[in-house]
Amino acid sequence: MALLEAVVPKRNEAIAPVRRALPLRLSSWRPLIIALIFPLAVLLTWELGVRHGLIGGRLMPPPSRIFETLRQLAVSGELGAHIGVTLQRVLIGFTGGAVAGTVIGALTGSSQAISRILDPTLQALRAIPSIAWVPLFILWFGIFEASKIALIAVGVFFPVYLGVHGAILAVDRRIVEVGRVFRLSRLQLVGRILLPSILPNYVLALRSGLGLGWMFVVAAEFMGASEGLGYLLVDGQQLGKPDQIIAAIIVFAVIGKLTDSILLIATAPLLVWQDVHQGKR
Amino acid sequence: MLAIQDLTKIYPNGTHALHAFSLDIQNGEVIAVIGGSGCGKSTLLRLLSGLETPNTGSIALRGRILKEPDALVNIVFQEPRLFPWLTVAQNVGFGLKHLPADERSDIISQVLARLGLGGFEDRWPKELSGGQAQRVSLARAIVTKPSVLLLDEPFSALDAMTREDLQSHLIDLWQDLGSTLVLVTHDIEEAVFMADRVIVMRPFPGRIFQDVRIDLPRPRNRMNSGFTELRRELSDLLALSLIPEKSNGPILHRLG
Repeated sequence: MALLEAVVPKRNEAIAPVRRALPLRLSSWRPLIIALIFPLAVLLTWELGVRHGLIGGRLMPPPSRIFETLRQLAVSGELGAHIGVTLQRVLIGFTGGAVAGTVIGALTGSSQAISRILDPTLQALRAIPSIAWVPLFILWFGIFEASKIALIAVGVFFPVYLGVHGAILAVDRRIVEVGRVFRLSRLQLVGRILLPSILPNYVLALRSGLGLGWMFVVAAEFMGASEGLGYLLVDGQQLGKPDQIIAAIIVFAVIGKLTDSILLIATAPLLVWQDVHQGKR
Repeated sequence: MLAIQDLTKIYPNGTHALHAFSLDIQNGEVIAVIGGSGCGKSTLLRLLSGLETPNTGSIALRGRILKEPDALVNIVFQEPRLFPWLTVAQNVGFGLKHLPADERSDIISQVLARLGLGGFEDRWPKELSGGQAQRVSLARAIVTKPSVLLLDEPFSALDAMTREDLQSHLIDLWQDLGSTLVLVTHDIEEAVFMADRVIVMRPFPGRIFQDVRIDLPRPRNRMNSGFTELRRELSDLLALSLIPEKSNGPILHRLG
């Protein structure tokens, strides 16, 4: 009976307060297991190929050596220090770029006059490959933290700006009219209607901004850093340590994914009201 | 008194929606506006709510000229237009931000209970049925205690039973609030059930065709012979209002 109740959804479940059970059934792991078959097979072939001398391991270090490098870096505390430096750069740059993108996007989205003045210039600036700013930023801000953070902020700014600006323009006129009936000032309209109604798009814009932040931190750390994960890449190249390069790449993947997940989890409570076709989040 | 003087609205695309519309509405009166499509009845409400500005003419509430949305005028649209990111209680309290929180939640709970939505405070709009959502929308408008409540076909998307239920609820509320109601509808029965006066409009451009007084005592019975008589009379008037005037040449007029 209990089994039956667990399987057959109760009729009033939609009305009852949403209870989130996390079923740890085997079937939910199956896609993950299937997805892992191919990369694990590649890694295994690689490892065995190097061990048996079929593949030269000097430029293509086997997984075991990469993990050994990772372990040594971690044990010596170096890895933690590099991660800390890079993470700090990304977070400061991301915060700056996201705040600027949000504010300016809200301004141009809610006022046609401001949009006419600012948006064409911003779109033109957006067309510049952001890496092109590097020499200028070094001249302006020096070769230390400021120029790196500025580059990351620029990278984060544009997707956030574009997301906020575009989403506000697409807000339903009928909802905005309700705000007018309640005689909201422009600032109240932005704060009470426009920004809340674009939250789902906003989270998306922040995520793509964060993704670009991780992209640009590498570029920033290429332009002369003595610490950070990007420095590990350059150092690995200059000293001929491919295992260190790959180790740093793996750390980038893990931390990039991790920060994205944190952003997603942190913003989830803001989106519970959404009426989406994939109801369960 | 709500004094509407000579209101004309021509939209930028050239649509002549309303032409020289004048009407005096007494405080607490219920006015129903009916007419075929293109008769400017929705435009009338958009002008009264301040969402559109007229090309000529004026609207005065108790001697004060209205030029933009006013604290004493609120509107319920055809769709609920709830804010999906706010709970039911937050939606209803949208216009009460100036009140202290406990006073606000008292008012909200009272109104929701009154509309048969007691206990729905913490629901999200996505969890409501169409009728419930429209009731929340009505609650959001009436908690501000408007002198004039505009209703733009508020029940037209609902099924017949829900509609009659909401009409009775609205009349109950009106008897307490004493607000002036201006109800745009295409439902003649709704007009006869609710209104003190029914304004029949004529389209292209929108003008008043007939002003019919409904003297039936309240609460009204839809089966009453007086009720059905008025229904028939209004339905005849509505049919007449849709016949193009001969003097202008029927085809040209329709195209114009």
